[in-house]
Amino acid sequence: MNDLVIDIAVLVLAGFVGYTVISKVPNTLHTPLMSGTNAIHGIVVLGGLILMSQSSGFLEKVILVVAVAFGTINVIGGFLVTDRMLGMFKSKDKPPAQDASSEDSGNVA
Amino acid sequence: MSLSATVFLQSTNFIDAAYIVAFGLMIYGMTGLTGPRTAVRGNKIAAVGMAIAVVATLLRQHEFSGSGTVWLILLGLVIGTAIGVPAALRVKMTAMPQMVAIFNGVGGGAVALIAWVEFRHGFGGGYPLRIEIFELFGAIVGSVSFWGSNIAFGKLQEILPGRPIKLPGQSLLNFGFLTIAVASAVILCAGSHSQALFILGILVAAAVLGNMVVLPIGGADMPVVISLLNACTGLSAAATGLALGNPVMIVAGMIVGASGTILTNKMAKAMNRTVPAIIAGGFGGAVAAPVGGGTEGGTVRSTSAQDVAIQLSYARLVVIAPGYGMAVAQAQHAVRELERALEAKGVEVKYAIHPVAGRMPGHMNVLLAEADVPYDLLKEMDDINPEFSRTDVTLVIGANDVTNPAANTDPGSPIYGMPILEVDKSSAVVVLKRSMASGFAGIDNPLFYEPKTSLLFGDAKTSVTEITAEVQAL
Repeated sequence: MNDLVIDIAVLVLAGFVGYTVISKVPNTLHTPLMSGTNAIHGIVVLGGLILMSQSSGFLEKVILVVAVAFGTINVIGGFLVTDRMLGMFKSKDKPPAQDASSEDSGNVA
Repeated sequence: MSLSATVFLQSTNFIDAAYIVAFGLMIYGMTGLTGPRTAVRGNKIAAVGMAIAVVATLLRQHEFSGSGTVWLILLGLVIGTAIGVPAALRVKMTAMPQMVAIFNGVGGGAVALIAWVEFRHGFGGGYPLRIEIFELFGAIVGSVSFWGSNIAFGKLQEILPGRPIKLPGQSLLNFGFLTIAVASAVILCAGSHSQALFILGILVAAAVLGNMVVLPIGGADMPVVISLLNACTGLSAAATGLALGNPVMIVAGMIVGASGTILTNKMAKAMNRTVPAIIAGGFGGAVAAPVGGGTEGGTVRSTSAQDVAIQLSYARLVVIAPGYGMAVAQAQHAVRELERALEAKGVEVKYAIHPVAGRMPGHMNVLLAEADVPYDLLKEMDDINPEFSRTDVTLVIGANDVTNPAANTDPGSPIYGMPILEVDKSSAVVVLKRSMASGFAGIDNPLFYEPKTSLLFGDAKTSVTEITAEVQAL
């Protein structure tokens, strides 16, 4: 098999993985998921890194620095924002218990 | 580091192995993102995978050190970090949809810029056709995604009007620009190396297309559009990966492309819209007139915080239906206080969460989670709808379109068929509203004119705080 065939095989398989992973996501997590996958396509930053060494001339270097900066914003911003969002989801067990106790003490007072 | 170790780290085998570990972690992390308990860890695992991919690529770059490349790469990384980190840390939870839009946009922009450099390198002779095709695909889709996301950002940030902006013959024009882009791509693949053609035919035509496709789309449909553009950026990243022969880019890009497409469909379904209908544009614009006429003449009943407090305190079951208006007023903490005050009086309180409450599916859950509302009080639409018939009072806070009964009853309504929270089935409805302005979709809501509905005008946070104080005083 030549490289192109292998690459396209990888592409198709990855497509199925993406499909399978997402098919059982609850509505609740759609926003974090969108934001998380958004961060993952920041992988394009690699393209900027790879091409940087082959670039020649001022214009190309400027374009690539901007591309790397864009990609970095995409990756770092995406993961951080997703982390912040997900950090707010409390598991059912712990925080409500704390809430209940603080509510009780409030009532007593 | 000894020389042999350096050689090993820079060997293709090592880097390829690191790539495989990297995309393995990203896939594993994404599986975690599908459950609330594993999501935080999943996101971190995916981030580690990304970090490994970047480091592995930089190792490979090491052989080129000396030409200032390292410094340029560092410059790009530093600029990106300096912009991305503060933006991500400072953004308010309510502004999350537009933040995702802009992060998505810069990703698409990066793809288009990379394609531009690739074009300058080897098009018209140097490169095999496969590279040219994938790069051109990436350039077009990336550019559309960049500009489309910027418009989406502008609309959600309310820099641009949320209402559809439409030109006559819009679809035809869009089709024309798409044709220009594709035709230019074909000419370039056929061997031309005209830089003007690349810039004008590909980048500019795609940019105009991106603007024109998103501008006519109403604000209410924007989440679906962002999700779609997210998928597009993923696909364009995968195309760049194919052109560069980089496995981790192919896998990561394609996973986003596939999952983004599914997610887009799911969201559209939750709003009872189809993706083609959304892209064709014009929510509300064409149909607003016939809808407005019937109900606008009705009278509304306004009420006071004290009355609402009494109504709520003597209810058995109160359902709170929060909307984006609650989030804008930053009222989620006040709402949580009200819920506690009512629970202290023995009133059962539940939250009714429409799938697209807020501005994105799940957005409202994030906002209420921020205010420490326990998970199990949040009821999804299908679970809460049967309960409205035994609900004494439904408190609608800054929600509009998702409670509009016209979606069930009026075939002429632009949102007819959209699944809604059936708040009109409860015994009484109290609507907290800033003014009589219509919702994000620009559609009048007959719910407000029903005899059992009373409206409390004012800022949601102030109103809720007042109600809470009255409830506690009772």
